[in-house]
Amino acid sequence: MVTATDTGHIEGFRPKRFAQRYGLDPFLSLILLITGVFGLAVLYSASGQNEAMVMRQAVHLFVGLGVMAFLSQVRRDLIVQITPFVFVVAVLLLVMVLWIGVGAKGAQRWLDLPGLPRFQPSELMKLALPAMVAWWVTQHQIPLKLWQFLVAGALIVGPVLLIARQPDLGTSIIIAGSGFFVVFLAGLSWRILLGLGGLALAALPLLWHVMHDYQKARVLTLLDPQSDPLGAGWNTIQAMTALGSGGIFGKGYGLGTQAQLKFLPESHTDFIVAVIGEELGFLGVCLLLLMYGLILGRCLIMTLRADGLFGRLLCGSITLTFFVYVFVNLGMVSGVLPVVGVPLPLISYGGTSVVSLLTGFGLMMAMQRTNRVLSGDIP
Amino acid sequence: MKLTSGIEERQVISRRLAVAATIGGVLLMALLGRLVWLQLIEHQRFVTASEANRIQILPLPPARGQILDHQGVVLAENRPRLQLAVIPEESEDLDALLFNIQSRISLTDDEIKDFRKRVSNRRRPREPVVLKDQISDEETARLAVDAFLFPEVRLDASPRRFYPFGGLTAHSLGHVGRLSLDELQEVSERRYAGTQMIGKTGIERAYEEDLLGEVGLERVETSARGQIMRTIDQESPTPGEDIRIHLDIGLQATIFDILGDRRGAVVAMDPATGGVRALVSAPSFDANLFTGGISSALYKALQEDRDAPLFNRALRGQYPPGSTIKPMLGMVGIHYGAVSWDYSIQDPGFFQLPGISHRYRDWKPWGHGVVDMKKAVVESCDTYFYDMAVRLGVDQMAQGMAPFGFGRRLGEDILGDVPGILPSRGWKREARNESWYLGETVIAGIGQGYWVTTPLQLAAATNVMARRGSFLDPHFALKADHEGTPVNIGQPSDWLRMIKAMEAVMHGEGGTARAAGQGAAYRIAGKTGTAQVFSIGQDEKYNEDEIEERLRDHALFVGFAPAENPTLVVALIVENGGSGGTTAAPVARAIFDYWLVERESGALPADLERVARVNETVLSRSHGYRN
Repeated sequence: MVTATDTGHIEGFRPKRFAQRYGLDPFLSLILLITGVFGLAVLYSASGQNEAMVMRQAVHLFVGLGVMAFLSQVRRDLIVQITPFVFVVAVLLLVMVLWIGVGAKGAQRWLDLPGLPRFQPSELMKLALPAMVAWWVTQHQIPLKLWQFLVAGALIVGPVLLIARQPDLGTSIIIAGSGFFVVFLAGLSWRILLGLGGLALAALPLLWHVMHDYQKARVLTLLDPQSDPLGAGWNTIQAMTALGSGGIFGKGYGLGTQAQLKFLPESHTDFIVAVIGEELGFLGVCLLLLMYGLILGRCLIMTLRADGLFGRLLCGSITLTFFVYVFVNLGMVSGVLPVVGVPLPLISYGGTSVVSLLTGFGLMMAMQRTNRVLSGDIP
Repeated sequence: MKLTSGIEERQVISRRLAVAATIGGVLLMALLGRLVWLQLIEHQRFVTASEANRIQILPLPPARGQILDHQGVVLAENRPRLQLAVIPEESEDLDALLFNIQSRISLTDDEIKDFRKRVSNRRRPREPVVLKDQISDEETARLAVDAFLFPEVRLDASPRRFYPFGGLTAHSLGHVGRLSLDELQEVSERRYAGTQMIGKTGIERAYEEDLLGEVGLERVETSARGQIMRTIDQESPTPGEDIRIHLDIGLQATIFDILGDRRGAVVAMDPATGGVRALVSAPSFDANLFTGGISSALYKALQEDRDAPLFNRALRGQYPPGSTIKPMLGMVGIHYGAVSWDYSIQDPGFFQLPGISHRYRDWKPWGHGVVDMKKAVVESCDTYFYDMAVRLGVDQMAQGMAPFGFGRRLGEDILGDVPGILPSRGWKREARNESWYLGETVIAGIGQGYWVTTPLQLAAATNVMARRGSFLDPHFALKADHEGTPVNIGQPSDWLRMIKAMEAVMHGEGGTARAAGQGAAYRIAGKTGTAQVFSIGQDEKYNEDEIEERLRDHALFVGFAPAENPTLVVALIVENGGSGGTTAAPVARAIFDYWLVERESGALPADLERVARVNETVLSRSHGYRN
């Protein structure tokens, strides 16, 4: 099995010498660090100069970078081998959440097991699911046969439904996406893709039917934010106003009236890019987009260079999911997508998001054909 | 083979990645385009909008409509009060703030708990959240001294609902209360922006839509710190509509006065419109207790009170109608030909079904002698109606009595009333899945057995008598007036004769209420009734006197006056009052005396002083549960 995928490596894509010695991808690590520090600076302003909050986020960032550095040293084969196990554990934890989960406002998302810190099993699933689907695909030859795709589909749908039951619609859609990207990259035929697309379109009215009123309101607000300026439209209107009033150069760091006078809701979490747009202007947002572009570009290269089918599929899925985060958050803040609770990657305040993103990048690095400190198999 | 497959795999993934990257690139370009549009092209517009953000939109809650009695006396109005509110977004540390406020004015744990609940369930950003509902002038002064310390605290003047005669009107007007979270899910968020009160019961609830009004908006400019500098413009709220109701507050007070300490219910109607002139359930409570949030201890005390002041006897009290429905039953019997005006029986003081030894007793042990319909009504002869009920059959009885309003909920703007029971074969089958026995028909003939009616239903049915065969759904509001519906029973002459019989009850020889009718300057048509109280278990131990009092029959009376051209219909029950003729009829007489004689001479302002006095008495009787 392992040898079969190992032979997929082509001489021309050999990584740089530095990275050969250390699994840590130097370019990606650097740009992630820069983005993270940029995020801390923005957070300082967005939180209303709350130093404690910035300190906490700095801790999150460095914990995440530590996890990433650690994972980058783990042997690829080990990750492949434990993938089914981790997936099963994640599913069990999700089932436990439905039974004994804790949470607020009618949603059960957290597990509070004795001896462990409180955590959301759906976070584990964000990486376990694409890895599992990739694992399944590597058990067969691609392009997969139809039944093999169907099994992959079942691997995706099961956990997604469990998460949707919590209910956590946003996360379940993102995770469904990450699983879908694997089968997409594995060559799911265009005909089936078109069929699925048609099915999704047909299901839209159904989705509308089961959506909560507040979710409907968010969609309607997108069409006409002014229809309810004090209610559902508030977030979108204030975010667009913040972005638009920033102009090219912005109002200056710490000087955004929207952010500083608290007109902007969630300015330190989901809507933080509006603070960037207001205070640092179009150029500031472009700088952010440039950093994301560099991350994504590097990730694409790493995907192509990844070791074996499993590695390429997992890397591809993580890359595309990262893109989805960026796009959905920016789309929501700039008023082209409904308001869903998706944080801006690496910038928004919150430990869970940044640690889980950096864990993903760590896995990507582990998928590179390099020698590792921890693997101990330096030739 | 494996190598080839590896290369194929790479090619598949590479192609797919290329596709994904292209789509992603296009999406990013679109996003960039959006940003260009927002930040470069529309920049100026958003600068204006951002400046205008200093301009806040505040909801201006409309003044709730008043409720007026038919002569224009205000029964529900709005009074100013100061509320302490906090804008949570502007507070750095809510706990410290609460602590600081608590060191200056009193805040109960409940108030703090409620406040936190409201903060976490806020409807929109930057909304002031009420911390203390009503603060005194002294507290205001104490806070004002240190106002600069709490820029996030506001003193809002928001009107409070006030019922000037809250004890007299609690059961008819109902009351408003704080909008609950459940109710918030159902109402329009916009219409209730800034409004914290909603009609909970009674007219306040029935006409919530009209009373509420339309919310207005005020645009204010704030400083960079968010404090209001000036008002730019405003869209005035449209006050709620005033609701004028048929209630006569003078009559309402008089009835409470007459009832005194007795428990009971009275419903008085205007025969011309079906409007409710008075709706009394005694004892009562102060409706004002509920407008600002009642303490749970007080609420519990009211709820557990043995006399059940919160219970609306007029709408929800379910009493056997007893003899009060004999005139209506008689009309139905004549209509279906079970009896005629000429038909008569020999009454030995009891009735027997053929072949069965059980004796259904008349209230008069030795009987009424030869009895025809008129005498049966005047003397309230049970034997005659036992016999008639059997001739009529229970289903025809139910069919004929239904148009009088029995067995269903009444009043389109009267909320909370219960349907009672109009007994019939079908009802028993449906409700209890049991078959009907003939013996049950016999006792249904005198309004006992399964019969259950509310005082409201008795008033509505009596009104059909007063209107000689036309039913009007009882209602409060003038705007709910409508035409009557004929009950299609009997001829005009039948109605006249039956009303004459009812007149004889009050004024004729042998009439059961002739003592109460004596000396009246006008003619009353009426009917007495007595309803047996369900027996308490023999082995239960109660205070002896108490048992005796609570086991006494309920006294009932229905009637209208003047008999020829009625202007008031009354149905009433005095709980454990004993017999209808001796207890209930005199109450009705006093009511009619007020309506037809004293009211004519009473000038309104003087009368209102009396009303206020009676209200005070009612509240003082309400066991000290006062606001």
